[in-house]
Amino acid sequence: MSVMNLRVNGQRHSVDVDPATPLLYVLSDDLALRGPKFGCGLGQCGSCTVIVKGQAIRSCITPVAEVAGSEITTLEGLGTIEKPHPIQKAFIDEQAMQCGFCINGVIMTAKAFLDRNPKATDAEIRQAMSGVLCRCHGHGRMIRAIKRYGQEVKA
Amino acid sequence: MKPVEVSKELTPDAFVVLEKTGISRRQFIARSGALIVGFSMAGLTTDLMSPGSAEAQRLDGAGSSRLDSWIAIGADGNVTAYTGKCELGQGLYTAQKQLIAEELSVPFDRVKLIQCDTALTPDQGTTSGAQSHPTNFNNKNLALACATAREALLQRASAQLGVPVDRLAVKDGMIHAKADSSKSVSYAELIGGRTFGIPLNPAAKRKHPNEWTVLGKPVPREEIPAIVAGQFEFVHNVRVPSMLHGQVVRPPAVGATLVGVDDSSVRDIPGIVKVVVKKNFVGVVAEKPWQALQAANKLKVTWTLGTGLPAQRDFYEYLRNQKPTRDTFLLNSKDVDEKLSSAARIVKATYHYPYQMHGSVGSSCAVGDVKDGKATIWSATQAVYPLKNSIATVLGLTPENVRVIFRLGSGCYGINGADTVSYDAALLSQAVGKPVRVQLTRKDEMAWENYGFAFVIDQRAGLDDGGTITTWDHESWAPALGGRPGPSDPGNVITGFLAGFQPAAFTPRTPAPDPTDFSNGSNAAPSYVTGCVGGRCEGTGAVTSQRVLTHNVKSLFWTGPLRSPARLQNTFAHESFMDELASVAKADPVDYRLRHLRDPRLIEVVKSVAKAANWQTRPSPRSGMRRTGIAAGRGVSCVLYEGDNGYCAMVAEVEVNQDTGQITATRLVIASDCGPISNPDGLRNQLEGGALHGLSRTLLEEVKWDDQKVVSIDWSTYPPLYLGAAVPKIETILINRSDGSTMGAGETAITVTAAAIANAVFDATGARIRQVPFSRERVKAALDGRT
Repeated sequence: MSVMNLRVNGQRHSVDVDPATPLLYVLSDDLALRGPKFGCGLGQCGSCTVIVKGQAIRSCITPVAEVAGSEITTLEGLGTIEKPHPIQKAFIDEQAMQCGFCINGVIMTAKAFLDRNPKATDAEIRQAMSGVLCRCHGHGRMIRAIKRYGQEVKA
Repeated sequence: MKPVEVSKELTPDAFVVLEKTGISRRQFIARSGALIVGFSMAGLTTDLMSPGSAEAQRLDGAGSSRLDSWIAIGADGNVTAYTGKCELGQGLYTAQKQLIAEELSVPFDRVKLIQCDTALTPDQGTTSGAQSHPTNFNNKNLALACATAREALLQRASAQLGVPVDRLAVKDGMIHAKADSSKSVSYAELIGGRTFGIPLNPAAKRKHPNEWTVLGKPVPREEIPAIVAGQFEFVHNVRVPSMLHGQVVRPPAVGATLVGVDDSSVRDIPGIVKVVVKKNFVGVVAEKPWQALQAANKLKVTWTLGTGLPAQRDFYEYLRNQKPTRDTFLLNSKDVDEKLSSAARIVKATYHYPYQMHGSVGSSCAVGDVKDGKATIWSATQAVYPLKNSIATVLGLTPENVRVIFRLGSGCYGINGADTVSYDAALLSQAVGKPVRVQLTRKDEMAWENYGFAFVIDQRAGLDDGGTITTWDHESWAPALGGRPGPSDPGNVITGFLAGFQPAAFTPRTPAPDPTDFSNGSNAAPSYVTGCVGGRCEGTGAVTSQRVLTHNVKSLFWTGPLRSPARLQNTFAHESFMDELASVAKADPVDYRLRHLRDPRLIEVVKSVAKAANWQTRPSPRSGMRRTGIAAGRGVSCVLYEGDNGYCAMVAEVEVNQDTGQITATRLVIASDCGPISNPDGLRNQLEGGALHGLSRTLLEEVKWDDQKVVSIDWSTYPPLYLGAAVPKIETILINRSDGSTMGAGETAITVTAAAIANAVFDATGARIRQVPFSRERVKAALDGRT
């Protein structure tokens, strides 16, 4: 065990954990965050995605020691129920989900990608989302919501 | 009835819900008799609904005949309602709130709904079928309660205002005289904070759909803002004080049993609390989830060899020849052999469908808190009430001492791992006397879940000179083991079995007895037969000579309901075969269907979808096709789901790369008739998701195994349809029938997808694909086999 200093959604936290612990476990258990989720633990589905240095990373396979000191943004760091971030609002407007379990990975992956690639084509957006899984198969609405946000980023 | 004291066991979120209804924790206990009417088994003994646990386990549950078990109106006029039908991601929470607001004539945002908690809500059995079963909409129970309450309030208002009921109107929780709106009284004044003390009135009149102002509208889902903000409490987010974390260690092979566990192998792992063994159930409990996972991986466990599995490549032959069987005649007009012998032409085909998995994106999770002879379980089960009873069996407690609280999990599509992981959490918590959270690993979820049924289906039909069907003969083989667990068979899911309980017994039966009653709940009968049994004909088609024989056999793996269980497999075979018959008859596939259908609503969805898809009338395959490169085609498919629960027809347009075997669906047009529509946007969402789920299952999904074990254990070994995949444009046509009864729609689109795709591939290429999934290799082989 060792003490790790983390910066999550603008707040500092100190946690005493095994440095090999995947970041996801620290976020959801030690910090009780609800955004990032355990889907597969293998980096195959995207449910655990968080943004570090503008990049979407899979927190279930990232040891916490690797991101100590970096600013980590989770889904709850984007906006609130009362004041959702534009990408969160796009998903509300499109009613783009069913169970909603995958939505963390969908939103965080799409946001990181579009913020860096505001002029992305439809094909590039699809490519960016090609490792994210939604088993309710809300593909159509989700891609629409992502493009809606893309229009805002471009503007 | 005794009020239920619940405050100590509620999660912080539950408090928020209750506090939003205007009740503080302290008040909650003091006033629970008035505002929160608890529910006990005693309340089940009623004149309306049959009592007893068996009844309570039915899909529609026993409910409660007491109005106060469903509806409470506070002193401020706010409504709190209680339901035993849960939100599973299908939009049911919002749809039920619409129903309450509509039937009670109160504003939508003044309704609070408490769902699926065995201590609080009426027993409504299982929530299954994703908007696909009328009972999920509380067509009787909750809706009847609302109608009863409204009528009772009108009568009270009539007495108080001195105005006859028929001269009163209700709006926004306020009753006033039609002629003089100054004569008015509010619900709060009439009943606020007090109980009704009356039973449900079976004669209470629901509003006609033509009068709806809240139901029938595309009200946005209530949970979505919290979900997108990362604030929503899924079962995975439930945290209770002193909670520990568990992991299980499943056997390495099917049929392997435990020889021994070496506790010392994990002694050096920090935070380890206990290694738990109960018969063949093995698990570990630790302070942190990462510690528990490491301990589970490191724990030295010795198992026997598995019992061995038949080679997968020979599986369908194995299935067809397996003994013993349980045989059932759904239909038998006893003239099929004679009609076949006199037919101008006999057509035969065999269809194969693999085991598939629910494959929820989040592996299953539950929290158990078992101590002092009592258990509280937070679970994403579809069946809180049945789970309460079966957990009691597993833990050796009485059901009265078990409480199951529903929390939304990852989309389930049927019995995923939600029930089995609830047992895992309960057993581990019982062993350590503290709350334990368990979330399964991806492998533990996938290797041992209750898979959707594999099928072998033989179809035979006789045609007359004009190509009209004179007889239809259907015979199927499907394996089953386990399913939804009940108090006498917790072994219906893997954890119950490992802990020493058996699955429901398999009872062989050969030969099949004559049918006595027709019910097409599994869609084993095609849409084109009359479905005549004992002089009653309840099928949707015109063919009078009909035989439907099914053989159930014991499964290699646990099985259970997976979105459109058996209905999808049967419909794939029926609707593919109907297309083969149309082709033999050189008829257009839509015209040929219409020629053999009788049910006007099924006819209408077929016609509607053909019109919307701009269907060109001609036989399949298309003429003038080339044998290489990209070929395009269209296919149609239809169903009356479960024989009485939702009409759906689909036209699929596909492109087939004839050099690689790759199928790309480019457009899906879906027509749906499910009676009066509660929420059209929710319905579209279900149809769209169902169609793509169907596409994924048709093109990609198949459980694979070796000689000992399942080898589909993650998303690389069970490849799904990822979000980036090129998906078809989906168009939905909703036929809103305000005079019809409520039907389902969550499982209709998925039911017709596989056949619509297969028929489109045939139209494009002339190659018939009769085995799911339509992998590139399989399609290429069929293309190469064209004569």
